[in-house]
Amino acid sequence: MWIAIVTLLILAAIFGGLLGFASVRFRPEGNPIVDNIDEILPQTQCGQCGYPGCRPYAEAIAGGDKINKCPPGGEATIQALADLLDVEPEPLDAEHGEEKTRTVAVIREDECIGCTKCIQACPVDAILGAAKQMHTVIESECTGCDLCVEPCPVDCIDMVPVEMTMRSWHWDKPAPGVNLIATDRPRGLEQKGERAA
Amino acid sequence: MTAQPLIITDKVFRLKGGIHPDERKTLSNSTPIIAVPMPPLLILPMAMHMGAPADPVVSVGATVCKGDVLAIAVGGISATIHAPTSGRVCAIEDRIIAHESGLSSPCILIEADGEDHWRERHGLADWRSHPTDDLIQRLHDCGVVGQGGAGFPTDVKYRNRHRPITTLLINAAECEPYITADDRLMRERSDEILAGAIIAKHILGANTLRLGIEDNKPQALAEMRAAAERLSVDMRISVVASRYPSGGERQLIQMTTGQEVPQGGLPTDLGIVCQNVGTLASIYRAIVLDEPVISRITTVTGEAVDAPGNYEVPIGTPMETLLNQAGVHLKKADRVIMGGPMMGFAVPDITSPVVKTTNCLLVPTRKELPRPMPDNPCIRCGLCEQACPVDLLPQQLFWAAKHRNLEAAELHSINDCIECGACAYVCPSRIPLVQYYRYAKGELRNEKEETIKAERARTRFEARQARLEKEQLEKEVRRKARTKAAAEARAQKAANGGSQPDQQDDAIRAAMARAQAKKADKAKSAIELSIDDLEKALELAATKVKKANERLVIAQQESPDMVPALSKAVTKLEEKHQQARITRDEATRATTETRPDRGTDA
Repeated sequence: MWIAIVTLLILAAIFGGLLGFASVRFRPEGNPIVDNIDEILPQTQCGQCGYPGCRPYAEAIAGGDKINKCPPGGEATIQALADLLDVEPEPLDAEHGEEKTRTVAVIREDECIGCTKCIQACPVDAILGAAKQMHTVIESECTGCDLCVEPCPVDCIDMVPVEMTMRSWHWDKPAPGVNLIATDRPRGLEQKGERAA
Repeated sequence: MTAQPLIITDKVFRLKGGIHPDERKTLSNSTPIIAVPMPPLLILPMAMHMGAPADPVVSVGATVCKGDVLAIAVGGISATIHAPTSGRVCAIEDRIIAHESGLSSPCILIEADGEDHWRERHGLADWRSHPTDDLIQRLHDCGVVGQGGAGFPTDVKYRNRHRPITTLLINAAECEPYITADDRLMRERSDEILAGAIIAKHILGANTLRLGIEDNKPQALAEMRAAAERLSVDMRISVVASRYPSGGERQLIQMTTGQEVPQGGLPTDLGIVCQNVGTLASIYRAIVLDEPVISRITTVTGEAVDAPGNYEVPIGTPMETLLNQAGVHLKKADRVIMGGPMMGFAVPDITSPVVKTTNCLLVPTRKELPRPMPDNPCIRCGLCEQACPVDLLPQQLFWAAKHRNLEAAELHSINDCIECGACAYVCPSRIPLVQYYRYAKGELRNEKEETIKAERARTRFEARQARLEKEQLEKEVRRKARTKAAAEARAQKAANGGSQPDQQDDAIRAAMARAQAKKADKAKSAIELSIDDLEKALELAATKVKKANERLVIAQQESPDMVPALSKAVTKLEEKHQQARITRDEATRATTETRPDRGTDA
């Protein structure tokens, strides 16, 4: 019996030591759940959630904050977060804004006075310019966060909706109930009229 | 090349799935190709091929010859666009083009002058003596793109081969119902097609030439065989059973060679390049005759057409012109479909032009291709799975697309779907399956782009955050260093007990002494100067101030940038003026008083 106890104790000590070593040696850096949440967030860095950027909000969610404070992400983000965290999805909190179409900032360049205030406000360094020089927005990098509009002293920044191009266009989901062949474009209305008549 | 060419008919392989729709090819394949007269106005879209839109190099008002370059290819995948006739560039503007979206896109408009005179051409009849790179460049310069439907630039196809090519497969299957453009082209211009094939084979360094053709085109096959004998070309022929979609690149490769193009791979991975017959004819014309792609064969068919058949149309001809030529009764039809009934789309506006990929304009009567009826729920019959030529699970894809479950759609390889429409054709519930797949594919593509964009935004945000932190830290370090230095200095002073003035104190004291001496000197010299001189100096200062003020006023009106600098100058001059007055006053006082005591109270 003593042999059994001693053997178990030795085994316990060995595995305890191994586990202890592993927990120190392979400790993950940072909170992995924060990274997962951050990946879902739209990265507009707009601060509409009340935190200074997407990562801080991700940290807050990991700390127990609500998941419905991100207007740019909208319902899709809320759903994805709910799936990830296994919580009930909630409707978007209107307090933080509404889900809008994607926009980009455009500076009316002849009105710009070169004050650099928008450059300081841009969370993703998407505005190019220098003091007393005209500024311009790098459109491909702009997240449409709105943050540059407020600081502009001459109100020369417009938020312009992103235009549909042939490249970004794709087919809509077929309207339920109204059928069409795969190749039909002017759909729906005429047919509905026919059926009503 | 041997005197007696080796023409072998190979056995073909089975393709899973596929359908047998009503072919209706006899409607248009019995009449010879008719040339369409040059229309007075041609519309050339900059985006009529796959890849980036071409960049216009002509300006409005320019006169161009037939075959002149109008727009050049930009970026890796793009194609050059040429003038189909001589005339004048009358506008460069946005026009609705033949695209499912109905969006408009930049186009060059050409007013034909009716002379139709060519630019200078330099055909390479002796193309064998030219390096292949030059030949590929020629294809690029002539704007040759795949004419089967996708419009992929041919020169890019030939440049991007990461593996040695063994086989050039001529795609003559033309499996889609109604379309007979390739059929007629083979019957009438088989020599051109084969000459193009020989050039393509030479460029690719392939050793086998293979013809993949459906068994519903016996005349075309006979013509091709005869042409191969005439040109003494060795050719292997695979006659595949007519079954839609045997004309898909991957499907034809599978049926003729038994090999399957790997998922996400290209035919070049198997050492095969597949080329449509129309493209091969264009290659011949581009290399040997130096004729760019400025016209194509288009089938106009359907029961609402009086004279269905194949037409040789200048690229850029408005569809309306072509339809009128063929005698279309638009009242009988409710839409014009570009492409075939399986994969085509309803043209949003018939004023849009014929482009390099317009292989067919189908104008069916309402009875012929009726408007779809409402769909019923999926009954899970599994017919779609049996019809799918690429071994996907259409039903699963449908559920995923319907509920926008993009992850599941991707898991079921939605991007391998060739959108052939076989599943929708067999669906007893008439579900528009392809429409769902196209929607899901589009959403998936957009989502991918969004993710990439978000990733970039995150990197930029983090980089900025790191930079701001670093700046803050540096500031903090500098501040600390200053505090520390000050503390040390105080400590040293305390250690010295303050009794012995250290070096720094010495320096300060010395400087103070120097300043005092200077002031005293100045005061002395002021006294020594005559009061008259001082008066003069004062006057001079006053004039300077006046002049500066005048300049400032002018600057305020003319050049506002100078104002801050000038106003600074004015303040300085005013100070000097003040100083001069004080000096003079002192001097006056000094002369009246017995002894001035300047400098000590400084």
